[in-house]
Amino acid sequence: MSWTWFHRLGSPPTFFRFAERVAPWLMVLALLLIVIGCGVGLFLAPEDYQQGDAFRMIYVHVPTAAISLSIYAAMAVAGAVALIWRMKLAEAAVVAAAPIGASFTVVALATGMLWGKPMWGAYWVWDARLTSELVLLFLYLGVITLNSTFSDARAAARACAWLALVGVVNVPIVKFSVDWWNSLHQTATIMKLGKPSMSWPMLWPLLMSIAGFYFLFGAALLRRMQNQLLWRERNTRWVAEWLKGAA
Amino acid sequence: MTKRQQRMMAVGALVLGIGAAAALGFTAFQKNMMYFQTPSDLIAGKASAGAKVRLGGLVEKGSVTRGDGLTVKFRMADCTNVVNVRYDGILPDLFREGQGIVATGRLAEDGAFVADEVLAKHDENYMPPDLADSLKTDAGHSCAPFKSAMQSAKQTEQ
Repeated sequence: MSWTWFHRLGSPPTFFRFAERVAPWLMVLALLLIVIGCGVGLFLAPEDYQQGDAFRMIYVHVPTAAISLSIYAAMAVAGAVALIWRMKLAEAAVVAAAPIGASFTVVALATGMLWGKPMWGAYWVWDARLTSELVLLFLYLGVITLNSTFSDARAAARACAWLALVGVVNVPIVKFSVDWWNSLHQTATIMKLGKPSMSWPMLWPLLMSIAGFYFLFGAALLRRMQNQLLWRERNTRWVAEWLKGAA
Repeated sequence: MTKRQQRMMAVGALVLGIGAAAALGFTAFQKNMMYFQTPSDLIAGKASAGAKVRLGGLVEKGSVTRGDGLTVKFRMADCTNVVNVRYDGILPDLFREGQGIVATGRLAEDGAFVADEVLAKHDENYMPPDLADSLKTDAGHSCAPFKSAMQSAKQTEQ
């Protein structure tokens, strides 16, 4: 297998043009899937036997919570690549992903609180799932802050990469907290061994919504990485030429 | 070893080291990570009398009796043991017989659990009401989560 395409994609100008072409399509797919998934979920899906209409929070809560974990795992992988191979693109990815991850984590926490009050009877409890998800938010904020304390962009990205790798231990803790320890939060519905414990008319809009939010993350990541590359490579000819063409 | 291999070793050692430290730490503090104790834990005398504990279990069917005002008495079960509970306050909407709940409170002198907060714990199953009726899952909860909780409690005992 030839890796030339991979090395070519790893060069900032090639990746920039690739992102320029792909990002709009990801955005269109994201909006389509989110509108259909959340629309059907909020208005057409049957109500739950136990939770009634309150369960509909799932159509935003589960996708954002799942992605908040995926982004951190992806950020750690990009961090390892940035540290080991000193790949510029991976550095841009670590720095670009953190604010997106923090945003998804905030939405997951907020929707979870709004769901918890009517069903559990409390906005917040210090059980293992909720606490570890809050730690995830602090890790994201840590990466964002750490990045802003360096004047050299490459050194900043490498420091962020180390923090991303240190914090990645929290990802399986968030995911399996509900299986390892007694918690108020329920266990996994979809991402578990065996069939999802959700009936099909409620499940398919949720799967669409999850896919939609993943595409939204993809589009946001590509756009943020493009901005990172323009800034990091601002003294190169390809940026000057692109800016001339874009103006 | 090249510089790159050294960095690879450093990254691998960091992730493995922190993972091992976390695994050891959380295994040691297994009991502290539990959000609630089960009626079996309580009866086994894990909670000292008068200490504030969270008790998780199912509201036993046919056990709920309402007194004056908001006072309510019921039994909480974990499929093995049962504890009498007294509570004076507002119950969550999901509170019903057969429902999983988490009650915060203290063990009174007479062996009953006096709660000052009751939260509902719902399960991970979602289905329309008509399907739930046909499956006769009105009990809402299986014993499974409490069994696993008891198993892990047994492991920490050993």
